[in-house]
Amino acid sequence: MSVHTTIDRGTPERQAAQMITLEIDGKSVTVSAGTSLMRAASLVGMDVPKLCATDSLEAFGSCRLCLVEIEGRRGTPASCTTPAEAGMKVTTQNAKLAKLRRGVMELYISDHPLDCLTCAANGDCELQDMAGVVGLRDVRYGYDGENHIHQEKDESNPYFTFDPSKCIVCSRCVRACEEVQGTFALTIDERGFASHVSPGMNEDFLDSECVSCGACVQACPTATLMEKSIIQHGTPERSVITTCAYCGVGCSFEAELQGNTVVRMTPNKDGKANHGHSCVKGRFAWGYATHKERITKPMIRAKITDPWREVSWEEAINHAASEFKRIQKKYGRGSVGGITSSRCTNEETFLVQKMIRAAFGNNNVDTCARVCHSPTGYGLKTTFGTSAGTQDFDSVDETDVMLVIGANPTDAHPVFASRMKKRLREGGKVIVIDPRKIDLVRTPHVEASYHLPLKPGTNVAMVNAIAHTILTEGLENKTFIAERVDTADFQIWADFIRGEQNSPENMAKVTGVPASEVRAAARLYAKGPNSAIYYGLGVTEHSQGSTMVIGMANLAMLTGNIGRRGVGVNPLRGQNNVQGACDMGSFPHELSGYRHVSEDGPRHLFEKDWGVTLDPEPGLRIPNMFDAAIDGTFLGLYVQGEDIAQSDPNTKHVQTALTAMECIVVQDLFLNETALYAHVFLPGSSFLEKDGTFTNAERRISRVRKAIPPMAGLADWEATMALSNALGYPMNYKHPSEIMDEIARLTPTFAGVSFDRIDELGSVQWPCNERAPEGTPIMHIGGFVRGKGKFELTEYVPTEERVGPRFPLILTTGRILSQYNVGAQTRRTENSTWHEEDVLEIHPHDAEDRGIRDGDRVAIMSRSGETSLHARISERMQPGVVYTTFHHPGSGANVVTTENSDWATGCPEYKVTAVEVRPTNRWSQWQEEYEDFKDIALRIGDPKVAAE
Amino acid sequence: MANQIADFFRLKPEEQAVAGAADHIKKFWDPRMKVKMAAHLAHGGDGLNPLALKAATLACKPATGQ
Repeated sequence: MSVHTTIDRGTPERQAAQMITLEIDGKSVTVSAGTSLMRAASLVGMDVPKLCATDSLEAFGSCRLCLVEIEGRRGTPASCTTPAEAGMKVTTQNAKLAKLRRGVMELYISDHPLDCLTCAANGDCELQDMAGVVGLRDVRYGYDGENHIHQEKDESNPYFTFDPSKCIVCSRCVRACEEVQGTFALTIDERGFASHVSPGMNEDFLDSECVSCGACVQACPTATLMEKSIIQHGTPERSVITTCAYCGVGCSFEAELQGNTVVRMTPNKDGKANHGHSCVKGRFAWGYATHKERITKPMIRAKITDPWREVSWEEAINHAASEFKRIQKKYGRGSVGGITSSRCTNEETFLVQKMIRAAFGNNNVDTCARVCHSPTGYGLKTTFGTSAGTQDFDSVDETDVMLVIGANPTDAHPVFASRMKKRLREGGKVIVIDPRKIDLVRTPHVEASYHLPLKPGTNVAMVNAIAHTILTEGLENKTFIAERVDTADFQIWADFIRGEQNSPENMAKVTGVPASEVRAAARLYAKGPNSAIYYGLGVTEHSQGSTMVIGMANLAMLTGNIGRRGVGVNPLRGQNNVQGACDMGSFPHELSGYRHVSEDGPRHLFEKDWGVTLDPEPGLRIPNMFDAAIDGTFLGLYVQGEDIAQSDPNTKHVQTALTAMECIVVQDLFLNETALYAHVFLPGSSFLEKDGTFTNAERRISRVRKAIPPMAGLADWEATMALSNALGYPMNYKHPSEIMDEIARLTPTFAGVSFDRIDELGSVQWPCNERAPEGTPIMHIGGFVRGKGKFELTEYVPTEERVGPRFPLILTTGRILSQYNVGAQTRRTENSTWHEEDVLEIHPHDAEDRGIRDGDRVAIMSRSGETSLHARISERMQPGVVYTTFHHPGSGANVVTTENSDWATGCPEYKVTAVEVRPTNRWSQWQEEYEDFKDIALRIGDPKVAAE
Repeated sequence: MANQIADFFRLKPEEQAVAGAADHIKKFWDPRMKVKMAAHLAHGGDGLNPLALKAATLACKPATGQ
């Protein structure tokens, strides 16, 4: 039984200035030029039978079920491939058409198993539906002829099966892989009766190039491609529209359930961020929510070497509150603080920072954006006046040249990457600036016009060389500069950037990229005409992260690529609610809406609303919290939904700091790495278990809706509220919508936002207020938020992290498609099929120099520490650069990374660590100690029993 | 960190550079970091470049003893 309510009109919508009126089955309909007859018919309620057509794919015209008659024309054309014309008179239903359709269905069913009652798609099968619609009652040919019915199932993919016996070779899966996902992993092999769907070169799905995005499964009209969860549980009874809890794309999904059991997550066709597409994480990797390691009872312990003791919520909350009060009494008001999470909702994040400012009485609140996109906030606020990306995702449809810097969208933001690849297939161009040969450099039907493989740590040198080229070759947009930017600042900047030190020829010595390539790429970007910058943590996680963000903003203003569709400066946010966590006042220097705590006006507004006096001085950032803990001035920490022990750099330093604290409260789904050092554990709620909102990379605020009750009894916002009340600062929200109402009341850019408004619009992009009641898809149209755009000087300053004889290689870290961040969620799903451990990617030359073979265990040493991983020899890396991920705690990737950080925000320089690599046959000392300590620190139970 | 902040501003005229770097420290550093820096300055500010030294002196007040 299908629970979907969206209508499939068979072919995609067309937008055209010219409108056409025609008649279908006697009903008049007016549609855009280019609209198919099938879609036009659907718009007047006449659904034409179809199998190979679906409105997420271009018409194909293969199934011959959608035949129609057109007055004055011969034959029975397929309505999916026939465009509407003015004055047409179309008949979709008559005896002749019915007979033709029955004949077609007869052929399909003659080679299809008749196991409907036991089929996993029973009740949700388009073939079954169409057999009913055309009135098929018999198959004259019998079932004994040559057929495909006994072909073997491919069950290699952990999430779905491929049953060729049920395939009607409609090519929807093949087309979905091409048109929607852009991977081209599937094809129809052979011809005629032998034609069949082939993953790769007739491989099984798991061994093929398939990225398990689920588009093929979504498109399949039969049970050929079927989710294993549906085979196991049966079809869903109800669905709830919600928002994915993985990356910053923020895909809209329908959580499909049987009772309170989620049986499938289906991408929402009406979702404005994803338009019905998904990736392997959001579509399939949700099983962590009910994983056996989920902790659903509050726990406390006196020492981190004690076993955990399960207690009531009341006891845990009261214990945490009394500990925080004790610490503040002993060490002062500023001795405690907290960390909000980009994995939690806006409402939860707002509440945590409110509790810290109002109940703790200080500004010691920070968020995980500190270690990812804090330079984005600083750089874009400095230049444009607001700390956010400038475009919506749909803007890419009008982009001529994409400049992708330090981002790997196909792995980290796969659904948006599919949109980018679609635009590239339509003729858009891409320039990739990245040390690694990422997929956008060259994959099927994608080839970068230029790949500038710069040395890690030289982004600013590169952006300056590009700007130098544009300015000295007269390619700047003089009109835009005259009208939109502060010309005095521009002149100072222009004098600086024209300097020979910034020329591509001079900077080639720094970046390692030939000047001719840089100049050619700069010309392409400048000439666009619509050029857009997309960037990720390869920009921000550097000692000059903020400078680079400013440099990119300078570049966009220099060429006038800001303030309209198709252009802009677009941070690809790592986690689902990084934008939201920043918006909500999670930084120690800012209240919600990016207003500094020292500004009297905004601070007094909050003081009046909250009934407290707020500290006008900024609080501690996460790295400063660690330093202060070691100094003995910061002893209590509340961490909601973050795993700083795994994700933050220089693990040994972090561990020392956490060990020094007297009370750490961790609120999470699992006993994560930070919980090893915690004294109170508050069980968290997954995104399926609560109401709220997430804000994605395009500033889009989307609803998170409770699909099932919180497994631990309380949603995260309720637990924070209880803690605040126990601390003596009362909070009495009945529902997260009331928290959003407070956010709107106190935050001008959110003034028009409410749950009702979001429900009405589907989602809304801030600013949403009186001036923009339906939100703001594109920012800075006609003027910048700060008035005139500000050019800032961006001198290249080399990082202090240098390679040398002792550490001759540069380590850079990142993520991959199947795992997410610290892996707490994805490691507890079948996604580990693709990535069961972090490996060290190393160039063949570097490997050969060191006697390293593919698969060898290698030691990686930096001035911070040493760990060991298995090596993977890869030419994606340039010589001199090695790469790893940090998805598995035992890998200790951050044991090696250093505390070098961005000058403005303290964002760690994860992308540049000088290391040496050598073969080894053993774990590092840190890894051995970690395993031993983990066994002690994760014990749950009675202390006496545990001690035995 | 103070040296890095100063590096960002160093191409500006000195007065603006010092003011810019000092303003950044004031806006983003927790009071105890400023106090720590003030103590370091009281001992000569070893390791600080000249611009950072001036900016830190402007931004960081010694502990008041509270």
